[in-house]
Amino acid sequence: MDKKTPLYDRHVQLGATIQPFAGYLMPIKYDAIKKEHMAVRNSVGAFDLTHMGEFRVTGKDSVAFLDNLLTNDADVAPGEAYYSTMCYPDGGIVDDLIVYRIAEQEYLMVVNAANLEKDWAWVQSHLQGYEVSVVNESDTTALVAVQGPKAQAVCGKLTGEDLDSIGYYEHTSGTFAGVKALIARTGYTGEDGFEIYMACPDAEKVWDAVMEAGEEFGIVPVGLGARDTLRLEVGYPLYGNDIDHSTTPVEAKLTWVLKLKTDKDFIGREFIEQQKNDKPGRYLVGMKVTGKGFPRQGTPLFSGDRKVGIVTSGSIAPALEEAVCMGYVERGFQKNGSELEAEVRGKRIPVRIVKVPFYTEGSRK
Amino acid sequence: MSSIPEDLRYTETHEWVKKEGDAFIVGLTDHAQHEMGEIVMAELPEAGSELTMGDAAGGLEAVKTAEDFYAPMDGEVIEVNGELEGNPALINESPYGEGWLFKMKASDDSQFDGLLSADDYKAHIGE
Repeated sequence: MDKKTPLYDRHVQLGATIQPFAGYLMPIKYDAIKKEHMAVRNSVGAFDLTHMGEFRVTGKDSVAFLDNLLTNDADVAPGEAYYSTMCYPDGGIVDDLIVYRIAEQEYLMVVNAANLEKDWAWVQSHLQGYEVSVVNESDTTALVAVQGPKAQAVCGKLTGEDLDSIGYYEHTSGTFAGVKALIARTGYTGEDGFEIYMACPDAEKVWDAVMEAGEEFGIVPVGLGARDTLRLEVGYPLYGNDIDHSTTPVEAKLTWVLKLKTDKDFIGREFIEQQKNDKPGRYLVGMKVTGKGFPRQGTPLFSGDRKVGIVTSGSIAPALEEAVCMGYVERGFQKNGSELEAEVRGKRIPVRIVKVPFYTEGSRK
Repeated sequence: MSSIPEDLRYTETHEWVKKEGDAFIVGLTDHAQHEMGEIVMAELPEAGSELTMGDAAGGLEAVKTAEDFYAPMDGEVIEVNGELEGNPALINESPYGEGWLFKMKASDDSQFDGLLSADDYKAHIGE
């Protein structure tokens, strides 16, 4: 039985197309994906992301525990956050996540909904030897994201907190729309914006307040469809498409989330460090479709007769009005400007490897 | 509820067919365009190409999905909707009008009578 978020009734009232996703009945779109996408690029949109998982880590070994579990460095200040991968000993990716440092000995891990059970089991199996407590707060925590260049104008009306003092990947705990919330300047759209975490019973109050405060800016509710095109347009990888157990952070060009310059050990470090030094056999790249067609997940990539890769995500980029995709290509073919061909429905379509993000005009601070 | 005009015939693969003189116009149903969402590219068959009933005649790309469409009857493509090249969203905006896909001459007009009626199609999509 799929779960409903506390905002389910709102989505139904708004006429959303609702589909099961990661065990939840989630809004895929309310109106049209391109419209929702462009509202976030040009003004502001609101997302219900309550399906995401939240694990709270407390205790005196919090830093050491997270440093072992995650590839990135837990050494950020309280009020800051970091993005990381969590890897298996073979370098494959368990999940990618954001970690907020709430206090000296308190962190909040936010994981992908589709990986929640697997992540929870993984985290549980690595507690031994650390004086920490990890609590799964996923079922009691709601998440509303407000994203777009007008996000601060909207959120500023709903909190007494000084939002100017919250930089990108920073957060504060305070009152938002009259309820207790974690207010974070994070997101998955390439735009400026906030992610507001609150207790489930408070979600409707926050959602209604956001929609009302955003009315003057033409705020629209945004479904998971546009969430996917927004992230693809700025080249953010999606777990299950672009990264998974069969890929490593080195192959996915996520070396910036690896604390290899420190002497801190972490699960997967040995393999990952070796692979980085040896260079991996393939790389995740962004591609613009220069011909006519839409490569999608699973579309093979060719250089002449030779299959050199596979597409992992593909769609139209609404703000660019062209088709883009991401995928893995063999080492030697990953250079920007390289021309390859995607085979769609038996036809070869030319693509060109380009630097990501595809879209570079975002308001992200 | 999607629109299912009474005067058209339908396929289980969500094409509609309209008899016009001695030719047949083929398009995508309102139900199917709604399920697909915003269509961003239509790959149409070439005029003059021979089609076999049930075979893929072309493809449609929406933001999130791609679907083939199928020949509802045996025959030859005599015209395709050139407007869709620059404006594939016509399929969403006017699935039974300006968003038509192609016209064909059937090798056996009686195949038309074997297609689904509006009521059959309605039952097929569970409405």
